[in-house]
Amino acid sequence: MMDYVWAFIVGGSICVVAQILMDKTNLTPARILVYFVTAGVILGALGLYEPLVKIGKAGATVPLPGFGYSLAKGAIKEVEKYGIIGAFTGGVKATAAGIAAAIFFGYIMALLFNPKTKN
Amino acid sequence: MEKRKENEIKNTYQQIVQKKVPQSSILKDAVFAFVVGGLICDVGQFFMNLFLSLGVSKDDVGYYVATVMVFLGAFLTGIGVYDNIGKYAGAGSIVPITGFANSIVSPAMEYKREGYIFGVGSKMFVIAGPILVYGISSSILVGIIYYIIKILAR
Amino acid sequence: MAEKKIGLHTVKLKNPPSILSTATIVGPKEGQGPLKDYFDIILEDDLFGEKSWEKAESKMLREAVRLAMNKINLTPDKVDYFFAGDLLNQIISSSFAARELGIPFFGLYGACSTLTESMSLAAMMIDGGFADITIAATSSHFSSAERQFRFPLEHGNQRPPTSQWTVTGAGAVILGKEGNGPYVTYITTGRVVDFGITDANNMGAAMAPAAADTILRHLKDTGFNAADYDLIMTGDLAKIGMEIAVDIIKQNGYDISSKFTDAGIEIFDLSTQDVHAGGSGCGCSAAVFAGYLYSQFMSGNLNRIMIVSTGALLSPTSTQQGESIPGIAHAITIERSVGI
Repeated sequence: MMDYVWAFIVGGSICVVAQILMDKTNLTPARILVYFVTAGVILGALGLYEPLVKIGKAGATVPLPGFGYSLAKGAIKEVEKYGIIGAFTGGVKATAAGIAAAIFFGYIMALLFNPKTKN
Repeated sequence: MEKRKENEIKNTYQQIVQKKVPQSSILKDAVFAFVVGGLICDVGQFFMNLFLSLGVSKDDVGYYVATVMVFLGAFLTGIGVYDNIGKYAGAGSIVPITGFANSIVSPAMEYKREGYIFGVGSKMFVIAGPILVYGISSSILVGIIYYIIKILAR
Repeated sequence: MAEKKIGLHTVKLKNPPSILSTATIVGPKEGQGPLKDYFDIILEDDLFGEKSWEKAESKMLREAVRLAMNKINLTPDKVDYFFAGDLLNQIISSSFAARELGIPFFGLYGACSTLTESMSLAAMMIDGGFADITIAATSSHFSSAERQFRFPLEHGNQRPPTSQWTVTGAGAVILGKEGNGPYVTYITTGRVVDFGITDANNMGAAMAPAAADTILRHLKDTGFNAADYDLIMTGDLAKIGMEIAVDIIKQNGYDISSKFTDAGIEIFDLSTQDVHAGGSGCGCSAAVFAGYLYSQFMSGNLNRIMIVSTGALLSPTSTQQGESIPGIAHAITIERSVGI
């Protein structure tokens, strides 16, 4: 049960930081996401994101900084294993599931559904 | 001289506008973002626990969770629900990986009318492309730096 | 000096052309707004039976023109010129409508200022003796504008409170040399004014200085003041831009606040319709003028009004390159009767 409480708090807090940035600075969602992913990569590389993942679990891995964290972690892991080429293979390997799923399901949804106007 | 006067007028005008502009109600926005963002992460947590209990290893469980969450984000976008969540939740539904899926699926659907190759195929990454460009590139940099440090430390 | 020119930038039409007929077609959301009884056709579905929103928008424009012609049993071959514009790239809604209509066509781009821009030219064409009957028409469509200027429709973004809601609507106005009014009497053409606003979500503020500039010149050149008008309507500064424009005009010695309104505020109920600062788009002032205001003229409730359509002359490219947003506004005075 505590898993859910911490996931909620950590995940919700990451979103609140993004919301405040959006309201205060007029940054578009796409920019926020770029900053958050890059921040995740940097924090992940410095080992600063790891504690959040330990506490928040899905609360830290589901938000976009978690995506960046996985990229960084993957790159480092593969460099350990395969040397310099790991820098190029590691990140994408570690996040391949999410990226491939987004492309595949994106295509399927585009086949199945049409966009509707807003009210 | 003319230019300076013009800039002065512009600056004064922008200050006037700033005063008139209603601020987004940050507190309300933040509460919505917190609750929705937290709930989406709990859904992720549910699937994480589920897959772990099904015997998926701790190292691999992230792949499963990512795939399921992306599917959910994509499906909710397809049936026209995700944009309505986003209207209230703001960052709460943008920042989770379901929002990443939404940013890929929504242009894919939108540009179907321009064809499957140049519409769906090429416009799919119109919003999410930069995320991959910066995310992947910076992770490669991290790998290279790590490699150099490793050599130097030897 | 040109014989019909008065003051700095205003034209006084010697033989004021009369508005012969108007027609409006709006989308479902506009059809729920406070002006719903004044539109000719309210669409149930904003695709209007077409495969894309762009096609739907062009059809709205075309059908509005046809409807306006049908009302007075006019056939396209009797029309000398067709002036139209919209918001889409290369103004496809207008030119594709013109493709079906077969009337000699001038395509215009003035963003949301296109209604009065097209009416100005259509009126001057008649007064100048080049035409007997002309048509001015504009359209905009929320969904086609949204996907061109902002995000895909299903993207879950949040709109800031200053943002405006593009009106789904088209309006057509037929002008003729002979007619029983109301008449287009004075025209002031706008200058492009830019006070350095860069926020594309706050176009009202970007256009307000242009609106104020044009209104002031129109008042000075014609010698009218606010008391001479029943109504002065901009389209569409929305809430914030409107307040700013009133302030600027007041600082220059004219208090128009009691007569002033904005098409973007009239067309929606801001408290219930979730449109943030109000409506926008070429179709907004077109629908409000050709629907609501024209019927007020016909029922005798209005004698003299000033319409000032305002445009934000930005493009997605200019915004991304960090350019500020230039604004423009064209003013026309319309009177129920002339020569008194």
